[in-house]
Amino acid sequence: MSDYTTVYGSLNDFTPGGVDPINDDPKNYVFSNVFDVASRSQPYERVAVGKNLEYALEVVRAEGESPWYTAAHDEFALCMDGQVEIHLVKLDDPDAVVAPDSEGAHLVDGMPEGRKMGRIVLNRGHQALLPPGAAYRFSAESPGVLLMQTIFGPCTVERWAEICQSEPMKLD
Amino acid sequence: MNEMANSGTLQSHFKINPASNETGYKAYEAGSFKFKRDEYFVEIAWPNGTHRMAADDFMRALMRDVAWGFFYGTIAFDEVFGTTNHYGIVDMFAGTYHEVYKAAGRDHLEQFRAEELLKLMKDMVEDWTNEGYDPFAAPGEAGAGVPWGRKNGDNHDAVNRIRVTAERMVGLPGDAVIRTDDNGYPKNRMLADVAEDQPLVEAEPGFEKEVAAFNLYDYLSRSDVTWNPSVCSVVKESLFCPTSEEFSLPVEHGNDRCEWFVQLSDHIAWDVKDRDTGRPRAKLVMRAGDVACMPADIRHRGYSPKRSMLLVWENASPRVPEMIQKGEAPVVAVQF
Repeated sequence: MSDYTTVYGSLNDFTPGGVDPINDDPKNYVFSNVFDVASRSQPYERVAVGKNLEYALEVVRAEGESPWYTAAHDEFALCMDGQVEIHLVKLDDPDAVVAPDSEGAHLVDGMPEGRKMGRIVLNRGHQALLPPGAAYRFSAESPGVLLMQTIFGPCTVERWAEICQSEPMKLD
Repeated sequence: MNEMANSGTLQSHFKINPASNETGYKAYEAGSFKFKRDEYFVEIAWPNGTHRMAADDFMRALMRDVAWGFFYGTIAFDEVFGTTNHYGIVDMFAGTYHEVYKAAGRDHLEQFRAEELLKLMKDMVEDWTNEGYDPFAAPGEAGAGVPWGRKNGDNHDAVNRIRVTAERMVGLPGDAVIRTDDNGYPKNRMLADVAEDQPLVEAEPGFEKEVAAFNLYDYLSRSDVTWNPSVCSVVKESLFCPTSEEFSLPVEHGNDRCEWFVQLSDHIAWDVKDRDTGRPRAKLVMRAGDVACMPADIRHRGYSPKRSMLLVWENASPRVPEMIQKGEAPVVAVQF
């Protein structure tokens, strides 16, 4: 038995830290918490919590069944809370669904046309590949949280002022 | 810390001196910088100054600088000495980013070709690491060993670990392999309670290479190094570089670009200072689920009282060094 207990956050139990500025603006650190963001998100909103030029980190509140998405490049989903199932379909004509030089996740109209690729079930700490040319859909019986490694796209939601610390905070 | 790029004459003098009869350690020269170590300390000398660091502090910092290939921006071994990466050219400096040294004219900076300086530093970390000492380990770990004393054997395996760089994602066929007891990666004592279950993956025939997932947290709980980000998944130039952290970051990392952190478990406290002057700017505490971005004009050092899991998110685009040179890279990642 371990002598140490690893502390995770969850939708129901998270304690954010923060920025205690000495001579700085806390907004410079773009400080947020994925569980806090997910707790205030609609199911399957893809809310940006990280921006590195065109690249994005998105937080997704997984709850119920998502729409189908696809992208012209790899994406990755890291499950940070709950259990999330992913279904994958190899699109018959991916370029007709999303331009090959496009960036970010795009919604697929209706059911994707193509062969079933398989399914993945993620628990906390599990990370899945979402390959290009595939459509994917998430489902979660209970609310969970995904962190997406992707690129800014039409589904990305930006509301930095709502999610980030903007005032000084005295840290314990 | 970046305006010095290509501004000076490249140094070509490198020398490895024979082992000292007294301590058994070799001494090194890079340009006009000279390095020697004794049983407890490393002494660094340059034309108008000298500096000492405890061998433990120096070796932990040297190990990261070597393993990271000078990383992004500045690796400050302490408030006086360090290196700055200009991607092909590297500054070695003393006092350059210390207000008092600078004002007194006691600062010194020389430039080197990265591969030539790295070769010398690799020899240094190899020679100055004794048997049983692991500069990648946190001091509380059973295998950390001690750096002190006269030259006593070596620890070739520890200092020559290959930094894992997944091409696409850990666990994919032909890519970086997942860590297990069987391939030499037991659970770390402080992350022994991290679940070991692997995701359920059901691939239809023909899609076995594309339907893939792995347990990142279990992978990190088996890391045998601290403060050494390794690439685990790649979206074009966007790199997920998670790492396990314990004790303190052995260097002050001076950013030349924005650098994102996602705290996956436990917590880390960060001290943030102005990159060029060292004046304090902020303190951060990051708890599980927190996301923060270090601005491009700071230096930072982290403190992790328990081994924690941290996701470092980097942009490795070859455009970024050029943007930095032109002053076009954002200093703050997001304005709101």
